[in-house]
Amino acid sequence: MEIERPTDIAAALVALAETPDATVLAGGTDLMVEINFGHARPDRIVALRRVGELKELNGSIGSGVSWARLEQGPHRALAQAARTVGSPQIRAAGTIGGNLATASPAGDGLPFLAALDAEVEVRSATGSRLLRWDEFLTGPKQNALEPGELIHSVVLPEEIPVRQEFGKVGVRNAMVISAVMACVMRYDDGRTRVAVGSAGPTTLRARRAEEMMSAESSPSEAAMSEFQRIVSEEVKPITDHRSTESYRRHAAGVVARRLLERCLEAG
Amino acid sequence: MEVRFRLNGEDRSVDVGPAQSLLSLLRDGLGLPGSKNACEQGECGSCTVVMDRQAVCSCLVLAADADGADITSVEGLGSDDALHPVQQALIDGGGVQCGFCTPGFVVAAAHLFESNPTPDTDEIREALSGNICRCTGYGGILRSLEGLAGR
Amino acid sequence: MTTTTGARVRGGVGESVQRPDGVPKVTGNFAYVSDLTAEGMLWGATLRSPYARARLVLIDTEPALTMPGVHAVLTQEDVPGRKTFGQISADQPVLLDGEARFWGEPVAVVAADDPETARLAVAAIGVEWEELEPLVDMEEALDRDEVFRYAPVRRGDQTATGSVVAEGFYEVGMQDQAPLGTEAGLAIPDGEGGLDLWVTSQWTHEDHDQIWRSLNVASDQVRQHPSGIGGAFGAREDISLHLHVCLLALRTGRPVKMVYNREESFPGHVHRHPARLWYRHEADPDGTLVRVEAKMILDGGAYTDTTPAVVGNAVYFAVGPYNVDSVAVDGYGVRTNNPPTGAMRGFGVVQACFAHESQMDRLAAQLGMDPLELRRRNAMTTGDPMPTTGQIIETSLPTVEVIDRLVALPLPPRLDSDDPRNLPGGTGLTTTPEYVTRGVGYAVSIKNIAFSEAFDDFAEARVVLTPSGVEVYTAAVEVGQGMVTVLQQIARTAVGVEQVAVIPADTSTIGSAGSTSASRQTQMTGGAVLEAAQAVRKAALARGGGDDLSSEGVWRAGQLVMTLDDLCSAGPISEHTRFRHPLTVEPDEHGQGDLHADFAIAAHRAVVDVDTELGLVRVVQVDTAQDVGFVLNPQSVRGQIEGGIMQGVGLAVMEELIVDRGVILNASFTDYLLPTFLDAPDVEMVLIEEPSPWGPFGAKGLGEPPTISSTPAVAAAIRNATGLELNRVPIRPQDITGT
Repeated sequence: MEIERPTDIAAALVALAETPDATVLAGGTDLMVEINFGHARPDRIVALRRVGELKELNGSIGSGVSWARLEQGPHRALAQAARTVGSPQIRAAGTIGGNLATASPAGDGLPFLAALDAEVEVRSATGSRLLRWDEFLTGPKQNALEPGELIHSVVLPEEIPVRQEFGKVGVRNAMVISAVMACVMRYDDGRTRVAVGSAGPTTLRARRAEEMMSAESSPSEAAMSEFQRIVSEEVKPITDHRSTESYRRHAAGVVARRLLERCLEAG
Repeated sequence: MEVRFRLNGEDRSVDVGPAQSLLSLLRDGLGLPGSKNACEQGECGSCTVVMDRQAVCSCLVLAADADGADITSVEGLGSDDALHPVQQALIDGGGVQCGFCTPGFVVAAAHLFESNPTPDTDEIREALSGNICRCTGYGGILRSLEGLAGR
Repeated sequence: MTTTTGARVRGGVGESVQRPDGVPKVTGNFAYVSDLTAEGMLWGATLRSPYARARLVLIDTEPALTMPGVHAVLTQEDVPGRKTFGQISADQPVLLDGEARFWGEPVAVVAADDPETARLAVAAIGVEWEELEPLVDMEEALDRDEVFRYAPVRRGDQTATGSVVAEGFYEVGMQDQAPLGTEAGLAIPDGEGGLDLWVTSQWTHEDHDQIWRSLNVASDQVRQHPSGIGGAFGAREDISLHLHVCLLALRTGRPVKMVYNREESFPGHVHRHPARLWYRHEADPDGTLVRVEAKMILDGGAYTDTTPAVVGNAVYFAVGPYNVDSVAVDGYGVRTNNPPTGAMRGFGVVQACFAHESQMDRLAAQLGMDPLELRRRNAMTTGDPMPTTGQIIETSLPTVEVIDRLVALPLPPRLDSDDPRNLPGGTGLTTTPEYVTRGVGYAVSIKNIAFSEAFDDFAEARVVLTPSGVEVYTAAVEVGQGMVTVLQQIARTAVGVEQVAVIPADTSTIGSAGSTSASRQTQMTGGAVLEAAQAVRKAALARGGGDDLSSEGVWRAGQLVMTLDDLCSAGPISEHTRFRHPLTVEPDEHGQGDLHADFAIAAHRAVVDVDTELGLVRVVQVDTAQDVGFVLNPQSVRGQIEGGIMQGVGLAVMEELIVDRGVILNASFTDYLLPTFLDAPDVEMVLIEEPSPWGPFGAKGLGEPPTISSTPAVAAAIRNATGLELNRVPIRPQDITGT
């Protein structure tokens, strides 16, 4: 095994250009599990821990920003999601870029990105591209990265609603992979966004529910129930060892409705 | 391959294997078995070390990527005749049974108390929610650390 | 009998004495088996079956053997002695005998220079399988007569009927002990054909007796040492990697170490038996129990392990601590291709208690009676016969008192926090207080202590008085529960000398102390140490011509007449005992007889907050009253009870191995969920001290009852909050939401 430990982005991109099949290592919280159990033995590793630029958090979010950092804000729902990622030890190491690279439907940070229609800035030695979250996440554990590319940052839109809430359903009260999770946002003009995780092959948006609720300026109880029903209808969960298709469907709707209630209560 | 880092206050230059975790390096390479291997996937906290002022699972650190880091393992926190306050508290408060999780709790709790010397009950519970104990039901650990926090 | 003063001895019984292993455990210096190394040590690794049932068509070890750094690759052919092992029935192949019967069954083992080479060597072994249809349904197994043990009970008038009837069907999922330390072993050859073994074990002598037979060496050529253990809870009552590491060491002539990773630990040890239980309770309108009928099936996996004993416990404790004169129970332990099952804390009584306590609540509802009143009305006490076996209870059995004292504990305040850490769903922020319903539930359990059904159960100990203090030699294994502390305390008080060291003794230097299980070591090895220590004191007083003994020496009429140095100048004073509990018998054809040595009783009250819409539960508090006989060490007692409750709570709401066609789908700590700090309830407890007739200072074993009735108490509390039947544990979110 060879390892490159670049300290700036340019060197990282050169290293990746020279060895496009290299495995990128950031927080290690996913890759090291594969390595520890003998499921992965990368020949070449490019370790990004020392690249300061990737840890920047200003308008955009550097891919190397840790969950521990995101737990502090500034984005309310992302901070809520960050608090549920693994354990404090995992949050100290794991990064938002890792969530994107692993592209698990259970990635806790992804519903926030989906709700905002965030873009992923991908860089290589020859240039950069911006991919919307759903262009980037192409399937379960699949993403649009090409050899030689790395995730530079997440670019958020200029308009970010203050009313944003995240919730995650798991069987344990901490350190748990979600059975289902959701992020709901409500803009001042009533536009509503709903993103759901662990309820389909990738993080998904409940667009019919969004459309229905966006038209409601002060939703009645019946409208809230309808919203819940549509979310449950729209998600595409499966049954596995963590939960069942029907429970996930039910819980997705309930959580989305509750998060919307919180958004509305926030005024 | 050779890797240099600071471990328990001492500069070290060590040879690491491919695909070796920091946990394996500490235990098998450097003869420091205090960090425990119980799950190797960051779900139990038994291998917790402080690396560059963050408590992390050493099983999830690639040893080759620890180059340049400042690392404290349980061996760097206290010795048999000069225990760290967290260690003493866990003994006094009945926070130790089989003890396999204990070094991880010691490092994580010491890290907590460094940043927050008077955590309240819920802060203790959440800060240590990544450390699994199978013996105590957490009661003895909580009372130990509440005592240390002066609660 | 010498009386002990104890008054001058610090650290005697009744005090919260600190653990002697406390300091090394907090500093990381305590040597667990997985921490041991030896000069020239090789690493072992295991090839496992990828199928729950398959025929081994072909195995080619050559590619592994020819790898640099690989020193041995062994299969069943290489087992020189008995090809099978097992403590009740030696029916499990040491290595695969041509057919895999459970997922993860060991096929071959390798020894190599380092763990990575060993892993690669395992991967290099060529294997061809023919997959066979696994038997995975326990009822189908019973239909096919695949039965390890059938244990019936018929007691009293089998035609008795009551006018009020409660019927129920219950299920218990497969719980894993999940000790934090995985299986580990180090075998060091002695150069003369034998070896020394350090291994994760709860019972050195039983392992040893199996090991030498398979190695084909004389029994004294294998010396098994009590070793540093990272928790056990029953997982180490059966052999895991013991034989593999010994075979590799003898073959290579070098020390061999093996440590399971978590993925292989899951199939690498026995689990709690999943069970299905059908019950029928009949009572008079005033609540007097008239008849209890039960049928229970426990899934025993592919090999016998301890299944027959577990089935016995489930059957003989099928009714709980209640008087009833007409009982019929049929219990079956069946053979399947599911993961292995055997001992886990509570040992069969957990499954029975979940069912009988659920039944008592159901019957109370049918009667329109308070469920605790129904329990009080039928409560057994000393002098009553066991409803199943007819054995007259001679020990303390304060059933009504544990209920009354438990109920008298204050309930926790109503939920007044919107902090997610105190709400169902935790930091997932799913739940706010308006979605929470509180529930309260109760359960009571009775459990046997020590081994039963005519098992030759004994414990040996040697106590030696030297000029520097007392040495206690025992083969009993400390697994974390605090036995070494309690043995010290017993020896201090009984000898009168403060300096006491408990020294682990290997199988060649002392007889068996029996298993660290069945809540037995405090009473058994504690009993042995007490007897030996009393004999040492008596001999010391005789030798010194005194009337009292302390750390200074022998006293007469308040004057020190001889120092310990002088006392021992003629040599140390050594006494050896073999302690036995009251004899038990085998059950007759109707399950009748004095099958059990002692009994413990406990009651639990659980308070839960349930988010009924999402099916999420936070267990707020679990309170208990338990008869512990005598509190030898308050801090240890509290720790055992809290830890036991946590495991019972885990079974109630989250812990389950998900098995599909015999394959464990969640063999990791990511997906086998253990309760975290944020899942831990507060615990208040009342310790009742009614002495056991034969426990040291009246102490009773106490490790298991906390795990037994805590599970049904939590289930009852969730039923109370939701109004649902919930006849299965763990209770999953979808069981509550009905989706």
